Amino acid sequence: MSEAAAYPSTWRRPPAIERPLLRWGLVAGAVLYLVLAVGSLEVNWLRVYEGLERGWRFVAGFLHPNFTDRWEDIAIGMQESLTMTVTSTAVGILLSIPVGIGAARNLAPAPVYYVCRAFIAVARSFQEIIVAILFVAMVGFGPFAGFLTLSFATIGFMGKLLAEDIEDIDEAQAEAIRATGASWLQLINYGIQPQVMPRLIGLSLYRLDINFRESAVVGIVGAGGIGATLNTALDRYEYDSAAAILILIIVIVMIAEYSSSYLRKFLQ
Amino acid sequence: MLRLQGLTKRYPTGDLALNGVDLEVPAGQVVGLIGPSGAGKSTLIRCINRLVEPTAGSVFLKDEELTRLRGAALRRSRRRMGMIFQEYALVERLTVMENVLSGRLGYVGFWRSYLRRFPPADIARAFGTLDRVGLREFVDKRADALSGGQRQRVGIARALQQEPDLLLVDEPTASLDPKTSRQIMRLLREVCAERSLATIINIHDVALAQMFVQRIVGLRQGVVVYDGAPEGLTPEVLTRIYGEEDWTRSIRRDDDDEASPPVIEEACLEGLT
Amino acid sequence: MSDAALPQWRRRTTRAELGRWFGWLALVALFVFCWEIMTQDTIWAFVTDAPTQGADIVGRMLPPRWSYLNALWGPLWDTLNIATLGTLAAIVLGVPVAFLAARNTTPSVTFIRPLALLLIVASRSINAIIWALLLVSILGPGVLAGIIAIALRSIGFVAKLLYEAIEEIDHSQVEAVLATGASPAQVMDYAIVPQILPAFAGISVFRWDINIRESTVLGLVGAGGIGLQLEASLNVLAWPQVSLILVVILATVVVSEWVSARVRHAVI
Ligand SMILES: Nc1ncnc2c1ncn2[C@@H]1O[C@H](COP(=O)(O)OP(=O)(O)O)[C@@H](O)[C@H]1O
Ligand SMILES: [Mg+2]
Repeated sequence: MSEAAAYPSTWRRPPAIERPLLRWGLVAGAVLYLVLAVGSLEVNWLRVYEGLERGWRFVAGFLHPNFTDRWEDIAIGMQESLTMTVTSTAVGILLSIPVGIGAARNLAPAPVYYVCRAFIAVARSFQEIIVAILFVAMVGFGPFAGFLTLSFATIGFMGKLLAEDIEDIDEAQAEAIRATGASWLQLINYGIQPQVMPRLIGLSLYRLDINFRESAVVGIVGAGGIGATLNTALDRYEYDSAAAILILIIVIVMIAEYSSSYLRKFLQ
Repeated sequence: MLRLQGLTKRYPTGDLALNGVDLEVPAGQVVGLIGPSGAGKSTLIRCINRLVEPTAGSVFLKDEELTRLRGAALRRSRRRMGMIFQEYALVERLTVMENVLSGRLGYVGFWRSYLRRFPPADIARAFGTLDRVGLREFVDKRADALSGGQRQRVGIARALQQEPDLLLVDEPTASLDPKTSRQIMRLLREVCAERSLATIINIHDVALAQMFVQRIVGLRQGVVVYDGAPEGLTPEVLTRIYGEEDWTRSIRRDDDDEASPPVIEEACLEGLT
Repeated sequence: MSDAALPQWRRRTTRAELGRWFGWLALVALFVFCWEIMTQDTIWAFVTDAPTQGADIVGRMLPPRWSYLNALWGPLWDTLNIATLGTLAAIVLGVPVAFLAARNTTPSVTFIRPLALLLIVASRSINAIIWALLLVSILGPGVLAGIIAIALRSIGFVAKLLYEAIEEIDHSQVEAVLATGASPAQVMDYAIVPQILPAFAGISVFRWDINIRESTVLGLVGAGGIGLQLEASLNVLAWPQVSLILVVILATVVVSEWVSARVRHAVI
């Protein structure tokens, strides 16, 4: 084609960020940050080198996990973890319902709304392990502190999601119920509950899963559960027992995920 | 140019979508492939460029047998066949230019395409093709910012950018309004004539097909039941293809003149700028 | 006409009703059972004393020791680095895993995909702090253990969400690029990557935000960051320092949440 020559023969894709100054500034900033961050790493390479041998033993432990030597401890730890998971999930969800309703702007009066939102914000901001430290200081060592921790975290988690769900509901349905002259409780029961219930069930199963994983964490600071057993095993460099515990956790989480996805289908 | 011999496709589900189709399309001819939903029109087109593997039969493009090709040889043969889709199938988050240049992917190596450093001739050609389909101004727009008709024009430009010998067009107008549909069909017919491309167009709309194609092939349950001129589509033939129905109103009347609107073309270009 | 003759309306059939009651009963029984086991060693005197203890701790915490803030900038910088470098490493390792796990991009559905899924579940089941516990035991305490711990936990997260996004892409765009004669690498670059890029950016920033929270506590097990100071302060019962650290953690979390929301808003 002769007229092809009339068309430009170069083309550059327009950059994602149009202002060159901003674009290069961001790139330079990122590079500078990386250089500083990596530069400030203080790594004891000798210690790491020595660690490689232990790392290798851990990998080997994963291939030959040792369930028998510490079986007593593992069984007690698992029992504590599982029971605290179940109880804290149940209590946490029950308590999260009033908190969630209180934190929904379209249902709660302003003072209640702010109190509930503040509570949720605090409960969500702190890691379970920090909360566990405080509860251990209050009620002593043992799974009860873990139970309180997980319940507290569950309220924050479920309360927030529940409140958002309620705020997102179809106003028309709630209006229709209100128009029949229903009381506030009837409104919740007929106008709100049917709309948020399916997701609430799904989230509860998800939280059950999270609580089990977290139950392995709180044991590190003495709040009961499998974490304490794991901590002991690692302190003694018993990597084959540690690997056994980790494998158990993974298997239980897998079973939980599998059965909860099955249960969700079944309940719908 | 294109020759199909006993082309047969049975899906793993058991559906026999094509049953021994023989078809020959010479260069420069536009064939309209009509038939009810599920007749196997899309399957036929996809068996040609092997997006679907045919179960039996063969496809020849300029005497090269395509059904045996693998890997790089298959890719080389694919770049000779441009494909245009019903839902446009543009890569939504890329610019119009990148979508058009993707028609050259079979010709350039990975790093060139990754760095978007296509050969100057390809870029000039892309600008030319975009000009041809009336989208010169839209080079740096993202594909998802375009209207349906504009997107289909980009789809056409992408196919033309391949410099194909054959165009495979799957329901190009099914998602467009009647006026845009005609513009797109007209554009297709023109570019096929300009480049003497063999073309197969799957199409639902019988009247539209009659208006713009030179030859009609009717498919029913994977079998060719009509092959001839658009004028030959009598109610009996349509009944053979689609089944019993009152056909008198959907056949193009002789006074329904297609040559009317160069006006539309101008109007559309105005609308674009 | 007597009441009995009127048709009775029930929401559920008798059988479904029974099933529901039985389901709830089983849940309550499970809860009671778990509760009994969990609390068998609980010393209730401590629990009833908890409010007093809590009030006492809060009393000691207030006011926070603001002057201690100057000792926290270094650990805060480490915390930021642990989260950021750990997230980067997780992205680098998690992206290939995602492509191996996605049904439409995996080289082998029967062999490689299950392996990738197992990797994802294993990584997700174990919390960052447990990975940290393990790595500190292997590599010795320090920031490096923290970075690797964050990375190990995040690989599964990034890979899971990303492979779900990959499985949801529009296949016709892939076919269109394939039909031009593009090679597999080019199909990846032109058809798949553009479609998952927004999800990818969202996932990365989301995980970075979570990792900031998690890296604040890794120090409790010796893996660097501000948690080290928390651990040290707790060990000497320096409650005013603990409360200051908690405030700093809260502020960090709020800032990172804000940053991540801004970035996600900008890319999507
Ligand atoms: N991917 C597939 N898997 C199984 N069966 C298919 C698939 N695609 C199409 N079919 C079946 O093949 C037949 C022809 O389909 P298609 O070629 O899409 O027809 P048309 O494009 O004419 O509507 C239909 O019966 C359809 O159900
Ligand atoms: Mg079709």
